[in-house]
Amino acid sequence: MEPLTRVEGRAIPLGLKNVDTDIIIPAKWLKTISREGLGQGAFEVLRAEPGNVFDDPAYQGAPILIAGDNYGCGSSREHAAWAMLDLGIRVVIAPSFSDIHSGNAVKNGILPVVLPQEAVDRLLEVAREGLAITVDLEAQTVTTPYQDRFTFELDPFRRHCLLNGLDEVGLTMARGEAIGGFEASRTAAQPWLMRGTAA
Amino acid sequence: MASRPRTLYEKIWDAHVVETRDDGTALIYIDRHLVHEVTSPQAFEALKVAGRPVRRPELTLAVPDHNLPTTPRVDGGGRPVPIADPESAAQLAALEVNAPAFGIRYIPATAKEQGIVHVVGPEQGFSLPGTTIVCGDSHTACHGGLGALAFGIGTSEVEHVLATQTLLLQQSKPMEVRVEGDLGPGVSAKDLILHIIGRIGAAGGSGYVIEYKGKVFERMTIEERLTVCNMSIEAGARAGLIAPDDVTFAYLKGRPMAPKGAEWDAAVAYWRTLHSDEGAVFAKSVTINAADVEPSVTWGTSPEDVVPIGGRVPHPEDFADESKRVAAQKSLDYMGLVPGTPMIEVRIENVFIGSCTNSRIEDLRAAAAILKGRRKADNVKWAIVVPGSGLVKAMAEEEGLDRIFIEAGFEWREPGCSACLGMNPDKVPAGERCASTSNRNFVGRQGPGARTHLVSPAMAAAAAVTGRLTDVREFV
Repeated sequence: MEPLTRVEGRAIPLGLKNVDTDIIIPAKWLKTISREGLGQGAFEVLRAEPGNVFDDPAYQGAPILIAGDNYGCGSSREHAAWAMLDLGIRVVIAPSFSDIHSGNAVKNGILPVVLPQEAVDRLLEVAREGLAITVDLEAQTVTTPYQDRFTFELDPFRRHCLLNGLDEVGLTMARGEAIGGFEASRTAAQPWLMRGTAA
Repeated sequence: MASRPRTLYEKIWDAHVVETRDDGTALIYIDRHLVHEVTSPQAFEALKVAGRPVRRPELTLAVPDHNLPTTPRVDGGGRPVPIADPESAAQLAALEVNAPAFGIRYIPATAKEQGIVHVVGPEQGFSLPGTTIVCGDSHTACHGGLGALAFGIGTSEVEHVLATQTLLLQQSKPMEVRVEGDLGPGVSAKDLILHIIGRIGAAGGSGYVIEYKGKVFERMTIEERLTVCNMSIEAGARAGLIAPDDVTFAYLKGRPMAPKGAEWDAAVAYWRTLHSDEGAVFAKSVTINAADVEPSVTWGTSPEDVVPIGGRVPHPEDFADESKRVAAQKSLDYMGLVPGTPMIEVRIENVFIGSCTNSRIEDLRAAAAILKGRRKADNVKWAIVVPGSGLVKAMAEEEGLDRIFIEAGFEWREPGCSACLGMNPDKVPAGERCASTSNRNFVGRQGPGARTHLVSPAMAAAAAVTGRLTDVREFV
C-alpha cells in the first residue's frame, strides 16, 4: 500500500451520520474478484441525487472526505475502502468510525481521522468554501487556511503502518516462531481446539 | 492477573494472546475461520501472488452463500444448474478452485450441508464456546450465542488469518447489557435485540464487546441466542457474547466437528469456566426491563430506528439532536412514511423470511405456526422463505412446514443470504415495502429503492396474512 504522511487538498463536505458501507458501495458491485475499478459504484445512491457533493465540480478529485458519526457502519466489505481509494480519497474525517471499516481503511492506506463534532462542523464550513485542508499524520494535526488547528489520536501501530506503507501480513509472518510456540502448547493442552474441520 | 475478576470477554481474549506489543496491540490467535465467495477472492489472489500458503487449512471452512441464486441448484437429472449471471458464476468458481487449492474444506452449493456461514458453523459444531471465530462478514457476531468471541473482518484480514492464523488487534472494552425480568407472550429474541439497539443506538456499542446477561438469555435456546448476538454489530459492537451453559453443551454434543469422547469431557470442563467472574468490571452497563419490550418493528433506514408495533412513525422534531433530525427526515422521505402514522397501518407488498438472523428451524416453525391454515393477503405480491441451510430445509420439509408456507402463498427456496443483502436475484422492487426477518434496513439494502421493515419471523408471517405491519399477538 501507498505510504501516507501528509495530505493537502479540498475536502468533500458530506457531513451525513451513519453512512453505512452499503451506501459507500452497494452489494451489486461486490461480484467482482478484483480490487480495481470500484470507484464507479462508490456512493451510487447519493450520486443519483441532483446537486450531490460527489459530482460537484468544486470537489472533483478531493482527497479528503468529511462525514458524520459512525462512518462505515454495517457490512464488513473491504470493497468500501477499495471504492473510496479508487475515487482518490486518502483521508476521512468524522466524529466516529465503525471498528471494522476503520481497520479496512488503514490497511488500504486511507487515514481515518477522529475529531469532536464541533471540529468536524468547523471543517465542513471550510470545505464548503472550497478551501484546502491539510492533514499531517506525522504531526497528527488537521489545519486550515484560517489557522484552525486540530490534533487527533491514532493507535501507534496503525500510524506506523500508514507512514511506511507496511504490509501487515508480512510483518506477522515474521513472528512465525511465536505463533508456532502458541500452537504447540495449545495442541498439548487442548488438542480439540486445533482439529477444526478435521475433527 | 488470574486473581483479578475478569469478564467473559477478557477471559477469551487472554487465552488467545500470542504476544503483546509495545504499542498496545496484541497478536491474537484465531481458532475458527469461515470463508464465503464474496469477501475471499482478493485474499486468495494476494496469497497466490506472494507465494504464501495457508498456515492451518483445517481451521478454515469454506461455503458459498452471499451470491448464490436460491432457485433449484440441480436439474431433474441431478446435474448442477449453472448460474446465469457471469460475474456471480465467476465468483463461485473462484471459491470452488481456491478452497481445495489451499487445502481448505469446501461445502459445495449442491451439498445438503450448504447454507449461510453463520448457520453452518454452529450446525456443524465448527463454532465452539471460548473460541475466536472470524469471517469476512460483519454478522459473524452471531456465533457469540455459543459463547465464542466472534467478529467480522475485511478481506485484508481474511488474507492475514489465512497466512498467519492470527490477527493484530486492539482490545475492545467490555460492555454489559443486562435484561431484568421475563419477555411477555408473543415477544421474541428478535424483538428484544431490536429493542436493545433502539435503546443504545447504532453506535452505542462502538469500541465495545457486549455481553448479554440475565435470566432471559439463560432461558433462551441456542438459536434465540444466535439471533441476539447476530445483531450486536447493528449496535456498533465488535461482538456479542452469551456465557455458555448446559443448553450450549446439549446443543453441540454429537455435532460433526464438535469434540468427541474424552476430549468432549475436557472441553466441557473448560467451557464451564467461561463466564464473567463475580465483581468483574464492565466499562459500560445498560439495564433493560424485559416487560417494556413489545413486538418491535423499524420505521427508518438505520437499525436504531425501532418502535413497538403499537407505536407510530415518529416526527423528526421528536429527536433532540440536530443530526438525528436531519437523518430522520431523510429516512422518512426514503421510506415514504408520514409522521404520526400508526405502524399497524403501514401496508407491505413483500415478505422475506430468512438471513443469518432468522432462518433456523425455530424461526421457520414460529412463522409457520402463524401461517398454518391462512393465506397471504392479495396486496402481498412476493413472499419467500429462504432456509438457513440445506439441513434446516430438510428438517422443515420433514415437519411439513414447506407445505404450510406454499399453501399460504410463499415461495420455498434453496439456502443462502438472498434478499437480506440483495446481491443475488432476490430483490425487493424500488418503492415497495418488505416485512423482513433480516438485520439491516439500510437505503438500497434489499434492492435499489427498496423499503425494509425489520421484524421477527412470527411478525413477518402476521404481516403476510394481513398485508400490513401487524401485532402478532392478535394471532395467539
